[in-house]
Amino acid sequence: MIRKLNGYLRRIPVWAVWLFGLVPLALLIWDTLMGGLGVDPIADLEHRLGRTALYFLIAGLAVTPLLRLGRLNLMRFRRALGLLAFSYAVLHVLVWVVLDMGLSWGQMLGDLVKRPYLTVGMLAALALVPLAVTSNNWSIRKLGGAEWRRLHQLVYIAVPAAAMHFLWVGKVAKPEPILWLGVAVALLLVRL
Amino acid sequence: MKLRWSDVTPKASYLNRRAFLAAGAVFAAAPAFALTGKMSGYSTDEKPNTLKEITNYNNFYEFGFGKEDPASYSGNFKTDPWSVEIAGLVDKPGSYGVEDIAPDSALEERIYRLRCVEAWSMVIPWLGVPLAGVLSKAGVQPSAKFVEFQTVLRPSEMPGQAQKLLDFPYIEGLRLDEAMNPLTLLATGLYSEKLPNQNGAPIRLVVPWKYGFKSAKSIVKITLTDRQPVSTWQKLQPAEYGFYANVNPKVDHPRWSQASERRIGAGLFAGRQETLMFNGYGDQVAGLYSGMDLAKNY
Repeated sequence: MIRKLNGYLRRIPVWAVWLFGLVPLALLIWDTLMGGLGVDPIADLEHRLGRTALYFLIAGLAVTPLLRLGRLNLMRFRRALGLLAFSYAVLHVLVWVVLDMGLSWGQMLGDLVKRPYLTVGMLAALALVPLAVTSNNWSIRKLGGAEWRRLHQLVYIAVPAAAMHFLWVGKVAKPEPILWLGVAVALLLVRL
Repeated sequence: MKLRWSDVTPKASYLNRRAFLAAGAVFAAAPAFALTGKMSGYSTDEKPNTLKEITNYNNFYEFGFGKEDPASYSGNFKTDPWSVEIAGLVDKPGSYGVEDIAPDSALEERIYRLRCVEAWSMVIPWLGVPLAGVLSKAGVQPSAKFVEFQTVLRPSEMPGQAQKLLDFPYIEGLRLDEAMNPLTLLATGLYSEKLPNQNGAPIRLVVPWKYGFKSAKSIVKITLTDRQPVSTWQKLQPAEYGFYANVNPKVDHPRWSQASERRIGAGLFAGRQETLMFNGYGDQVAGLYSGMDLAKNY
C-alpha cells in the first residue's frame, strides 16, 4: 500500500506543493482586502502567519521520520516545505515590525532583549535564514553534502524554539501550542 | 411570566433593598427601550470605538481564551434574574437587584479610554453609576479598607469556566479610596444598550486608570473587607500581575512593554501611540498613590 502511495506521490510535481502552500497566504490577502480579519486585523495577520510558518516547519521536520518509520517518501517536497515555512516566518516578523510595532526600533530592541518569548521567536526566525539561503542545489554542491546537512541541523533548534515562542506568547498555557511543542519534540526524539 | 425581584430575592434582603432604595431616594420609572445617560464631565472627547469592535474583541476568560470567544459563546448566559450581594463591613448587607444598584434613570454616560495589559486600547461609552454612591448607600463601616469583587460562577453557561481556564470564580479588588474615586463606575450599559453578555452583563466594574483586567465582569458579590484581596491573576502569576495594576508606561509587564499601545480600530498602518501615566487620568487619581513606589506596588 505504501508503495502504491509513494507511486502516486512521485507523480505530484513540486510546484503543486508550492501552490498548496500559498493557499493560506491567498486566504489571508483575501480576508485583508474583504475586511474579514476581525476587530484587530493586525493581530490576526500576525498570528495566522506565525501559525502557518510553524505548521510548515513541523511538516518539514516530519519528512524524515515518515520515511524511516513509515516508508512514506516525501523527500522531494522537503525543500518546498522548508522554504514555505521560511516565507511565512519572514512575513510574520514583517507584520510585527511594521504593522504591530509601527517601526518603533527602540522598543522592539528592548522587547527582544527583555521578553523571552520574543527572544526565542526571533532566534527561531534568524536560525531559518542560513537554511533558506542554502536551500538550493548550488549551495549543496558548494558546501558538500556532510557540511550542508550539519548546517541544516539548525532546524532542530529552530522548530522547538518556534513552538516554544507560540506557547510562551500566551498569558496562560493553551492546549494548541502545547500540542505543537509536543509534536516538535517527538519528531526530534525519534531521530535519536 | 417575567420574574420580579421579589420572586427571587429572600424576604430579608428584599426588605433591606427597600431601605437601600429609600436611602438613595431614587424612584423614577425605567425608560422602555434604549438607555440614555446623563453626560459626564469625566468623559473623554476621543472618538469611541464602534459597537461592533467593543462587542467582538473581549477578554472574558469565562467564555474562552480568544478575543472573539466571548461574543461567540455567551449567548446562553442568563442575566435575568440577577442579584448582587453586598457583604462584609457594611451597615446594610444584602442582595440587591441590578435595577436597585443602577436604576436606568440614574445612569451616566462615561466615555472612557480602556487600556488592556496586552498593550491595546479602546475608547468605550459606558452607561453606569459611580461605585461610590452604591457603597455609600450600603453604608461602609469605618474598619473597611478594601473592596473585593466576585464574578458569577456558572460553568454550565460559561464554557471557559467549565474548561477551568483560570481559578474561577474571578476575583478582583480595589483599595477603598480607589473604589470611592468618582471615576470608578459600575456599568450596566454601553452605547444606549444594556451591557451585552460578552462585555460583562448585567453589571461590571470599570476602573479606567487601571489595566482592563481589574474591571470585574458579571459581578455577583461586592465585599467590603479590612484585608487586601488576592485577585485571580495575582494568584496565578504574582510576578506578573500585582494588586494595583495601574496603567504605567514606565513599569513594564514581563510580557509586554507598557510604553506604547495599539488603538483597536485605528487601521493597519496607524502604528502605535504612547501610553499615558494612569491611562491619562493622572489629574484625578495620582494623589491616591503619592509616596508609593509604583514599580514595587505594580
